[in-house]
Amino acid sequence: MSTTVEADRPAEATESTWRTLRRGLALSPELKTGLAGTLGLALVYMIGRVAVPVAVQRGIDHGIVGGLDLDVVTLTVIATAAVLVVTTACGYLMMRRLFTVSETALAGVRTRAFRHVHDLSMLHQQSERRGSLVSRVTSDVDQITQFLQWGGVILIVNLGQLVVTTAVMLAYSWQLTLVVLVAFAPAVLVIRLLQRRLGVAYGVVRQRTGTLLGTIGESVVGAPVIRAYGIAGRTARRLDTAIEGQRQAQQRAIRISILGSSVGELAAGLALAGVVVVGVNLGVDRTLSIGQLTAFLFLVTLFIQPVQIATEVLNEAQNAIAGWRRVLDVLDVAPDVADPGEQGRELPPGPLDIRFAGVTFAYPGGPPVLHDVTLEIPAKSRVAVVGETGSGKTTFAKLLTRLMDPTAGDVLLSGVSLRQVRFDSLRSRVVMVPQDGFLFDATVGENVRFARPELTDPQLTAAFSELGLSDWLDGLPAGLDTPVGERGEALSVGERQLVALARAYVADPDLLVLDEATSAVDPATEVRLQRTLDAVTRGRTTLAIAHRLSTAQAADEVIVVDRGRIVQRGPHDELVKDPNSVYALLYASWLEQTR
Amino acid sequence: MRLTAGESVASGTSRDVLGRGLRVLGRAIREQPRIFAVAVAGSVLFGLMVIASAYVVGGVVGKVVVPAIARGSVAGGVLALAAAALFGISVLRVVGIFGRRLGAGYMQYRLQAAYRRRVTRRYLDLPLAWHHRNATGTLLSNANSDVEAAWYPIAPLPFAVGTLVMLVGAVVSLFLTDWALALVGLAVFPALFALNVVYSRRMAPRQARAQRLRAEVSGIAHESFDGALVVKTMGREAQETARFAARAGELRDALISVGKLRGVFDPMLETLPSLGTLAVLVVGAVRLRQGAIDVTELVSVAFLFTVLAFPVRAIGWVLAELPRSVAGWDRVRRVLNATGEMPYGEATLDPATPTPATLAFRDVHFGYEPAEAHLPGAEVLGAVSFTVPAGKTVALVGPTGAGKSTIASLAVRLVDPGTGTVTLDGVDVRDLTAASLAANVALVAQVPFVFDDTVRANIALDRPGVGDEEVWAALRLAEADGFVAALPDGLDTMVGERGTSLSGGQRQRLTLARALAGRPRLLVLDDATSAVDPRVEAAILAGLRTPADGGAPASILVVAYRRATIALADEVIYVEHGRVLARGTHAELLATVPGYADLVTAYEQAEQEREQPRPYDEVTPLTSGLEIEVDR
Repeated sequence: MSTTVEADRPAEATESTWRTLRRGLALSPELKTGLAGTLGLALVYMIGRVAVPVAVQRGIDHGIVGGLDLDVVTLTVIATAAVLVVTTACGYLMMRRLFTVSETALAGVRTRAFRHVHDLSMLHQQSERRGSLVSRVTSDVDQITQFLQWGGVILIVNLGQLVVTTAVMLAYSWQLTLVVLVAFAPAVLVIRLLQRRLGVAYGVVRQRTGTLLGTIGESVVGAPVIRAYGIAGRTARRLDTAIEGQRQAQQRAIRISILGSSVGELAAGLALAGVVVVGVNLGVDRTLSIGQLTAFLFLVTLFIQPVQIATEVLNEAQNAIAGWRRVLDVLDVAPDVADPGEQGRELPPGPLDIRFAGVTFAYPGGPPVLHDVTLEIPAKSRVAVVGETGSGKTTFAKLLTRLMDPTAGDVLLSGVSLRQVRFDSLRSRVVMVPQDGFLFDATVGENVRFARPELTDPQLTAAFSELGLSDWLDGLPAGLDTPVGERGEALSVGERQLVALARAYVADPDLLVLDEATSAVDPATEVRLQRTLDAVTRGRTTLAIAHRLSTAQAADEVIVVDRGRIVQRGPHDELVKDPNSVYALLYASWLEQTR
Repeated sequence: MRLTAGESVASGTSRDVLGRGLRVLGRAIREQPRIFAVAVAGSVLFGLMVIASAYVVGGVVGKVVVPAIARGSVAGGVLALAAAALFGISVLRVVGIFGRRLGAGYMQYRLQAAYRRRVTRRYLDLPLAWHHRNATGTLLSNANSDVEAAWYPIAPLPFAVGTLVMLVGAVVSLFLTDWALALVGLAVFPALFALNVVYSRRMAPRQARAQRLRAEVSGIAHESFDGALVVKTMGREAQETARFAARAGELRDALISVGKLRGVFDPMLETLPSLGTLAVLVVGAVRLRQGAIDVTELVSVAFLFTVLAFPVRAIGWVLAELPRSVAGWDRVRRVLNATGEMPYGEATLDPATPTPATLAFRDVHFGYEPAEAHLPGAEVLGAVSFTVPAGKTVALVGPTGAGKSTIASLAVRLVDPGTGTVTLDGVDVRDLTAASLAANVALVAQVPFVFDDTVRANIALDRPGVGDEEVWAALRLAEADGFVAALPDGLDTMVGERGTSLSGGQRQRLTLARALAGRPRLLVLDDATSAVDPRVEAAILAGLRTPADGGAPASILVVAYRRATIALADEVIYVEHGRVLARGTHAELLATVPGYADLVTAYEQAEQEREQPRPYDEVTPLTSGLEIEVDR
């Protein structure tokens, strides 16, 4: 989907094209595979283009004008036809090699960039707009491949054509070559200028297209609000403005593009006229034959095509380079929360204990949200972390699952620093259920077996019943095979959380981190889940970030976070004893809500 | 985005696609006849000038160059005339290019804009039930890439039409010159034409496949990055990459197959006219010896073959785009022809003195159509009847998935019941005008939706009578005035795409303020205060029931789990599995309805149970299949 289109970023123009090409080639050395051969084939292919003018010249000069000689003409034609057969074959081979090598290399770049985005830290992923990350592996790479398939071939072929044509023209007459070059020189300057303006104009088109897509998206996603507030008229006006804005930008771009091709056309006319005037005078002086002059007129037309589409091709080339640069830039970002890989350690087997050693955390450019937190949580315990919104309790969960690294201090599981733990070990032993239980556009069953595709349907059904969710599963139209829709939107918010919980549960972790995982579920279901989770997670360590204090009441121990510090810890019954404590106040407010 | 271009191409014969494609083009011409005429006129002028240039070049060589060189002297006047003719033809060609490309471009963009307007109007007119049946991505691409695809062949169309005229002109001029050379033309031009047609026909399905795979690759990237947190926390990066790489590999193969086809046809399309020129040389030399033609005519025809090759390809471009155009058009038409409109009535509710509204459900049934044909449709609500009396607050309570949100949607007529009626002050909501409905009722949804606009615009929504004063009053009532005042530009702060710059609680309070700002006579809150402090919620509800400024109170229907919220209600309606099981005061339901009691006292029960010993003390293996008894 190339619907993700962004505004131009002028800052991108700072890196030179050559540097981008060098970086790109360094990253995909396979692009250079057989490059010399491909260029050689391209050169032979080019010779085909000048074969006809040369044949015309030889035919006219040696077989037609200076006394008719059919044999010479026939021989010339047969020889040229043979050359054309060879050059056509070379053209096929050239394109075949070019496309195979470049598409293979770019598919590799695409996949590598995709993996790299997943390897970036959560913080980095969130700081970029989702859409712009998607376009790194879609429209940016598409731009390169589309350019190579159309403009790239034209560029290679036409550059070669300019070289070969100029060589043949020089062989015939340096004076006429000069005339042609002089006629095209102003066109080149104007086209250069227009191409820059065209780049800006296309930038505006992309930006307006982005606005249009955003507006259409709002009118689709916000349909209930538009209906409920009767603001269809207002929405229609916004849509019309965006649609009209895009059309105006498109029309402006095409006007500049037409100017570019017109300049090329006029230059060709000028060159033809110049060649005739100068050529006739040279012919009269016997420095040029009739055939050579005729051939020149043919050769000039070979100049028209490349110049006519030069503005478009150069613009596409620039877009492709810019796209490539954006892909390379993403690949250049070193993941700040990196997998130690082979050098890393595995978590020791068995239940995991937790230790925070002097942990401080601040978001980039922000004040610390956790201050020098030190605490130990024994293995197999069930701990609830509570606190007001913004107290830093969610940061706990993110540090514990190494979605982020502490700014200072260390987080250890069973004595091993998280930074040293290999990701495959960490992710299979420590699982978090986030509040927004994202579901993939698949069935309930496929979502639950996300981490363990080998699980069978009966095993999944068993897991649901262990969680006390059999009734809910049976109530679905097609049980495990019920599609959940895009982002799970066919289910209610609470139901999505149930599926996300089941997904984490079947992953069978030794440390389960729940970040307000059941916030949208009704109280009876939540309590039921709580009870069954208690049962099935016995023997594992669980840490629950809790919005509802029923979770805290059920936990072995409660950790109370306030303004980035741990202010209280202990079992619920003990914590409520101090009536002025943070926890007692939270609990009083909770009782007020639920009793 | 779900593109099915490939499938559409596969279905139906190519002749069928050609016919339907031409009909789509016909519609475009009927809608924009003038600009199309301009474009075709430009294109025909261009084509005629291409032919003219060939004859002028021939003439210059035969009539100017040959005599001059033979004579050894230059006739200045004739030479100047020849140069002027060559340049003049270029100027006329430029005029033709302007007419053709400007006309084609403007026509294409106008059609795109017109159809984007029509499609998005349909989105606004069609009922939510229709929206529910269609994926967001599909609707986005219908309005964007499908409209674009439908009118894509418009860009080369005038060029192709002009080229057809040019080809006819070229053959006529050839016959006027020499029948033998014309026969060469009759061999080459149709062959060139046929080659283009074969090329497009073979290219179209490959392009469609690449396009479909591109959309699929993009779909995977979108979903995978949306779920990045889940992928990361479950360590599934490698598997996700494998999923992506498999599709990216298919796309690579599809693109290579496109490239190879291009490698076969592109060089051939260039070589064919060259072979034609060579044939002209041989045949021309023979005819020259026979005295049937002169050098002028020979050079003219040779040149004609060279310059004609490129425009002929425009016909191929149009043909190549037709399948994509037809597929795009079919999807656009599906939206334009979609029925099931939710028409509004003529009735209005304008009580002389603003009073709270009375909402009544009578025997309401509602079911969603199945998402996929083979799945059973689910009845969500059955025989739901209840009343929210004027000025009263009614709480809607029930377990997850009981149908509470559906009742909320029906109350404000986002959807219509299958059978039964929903009335407002005794008037069926289907009889009310859209404006009257919007002025009388407001819904705050569970998931807040915020427009990419300023805070002010998000709350006022350009409604008459909602000025800054009303906006601030509503913000105060929703306890959102504090954080809005702290925003860098206050009411003028842009809240960003889907309100991403705000926290969940802030978004919720903005949407609450939006509802309050319109001073509705009936307010429906669908678990819309979960992120708001209960004290704030109580203040909001109290403020609505007895406005501080002595204005009209509102009737309230509130979906709630919290005891504190329920306590504020005059009446509680308990729903389970889409049916009203009980209604009454909280105390009555608590005493008589076990399901209700379980739900609202769940936390207390859990607390009591904790006093008892726990039954499980060991790790339960996942696959034990152990059934846990759940008290209901």
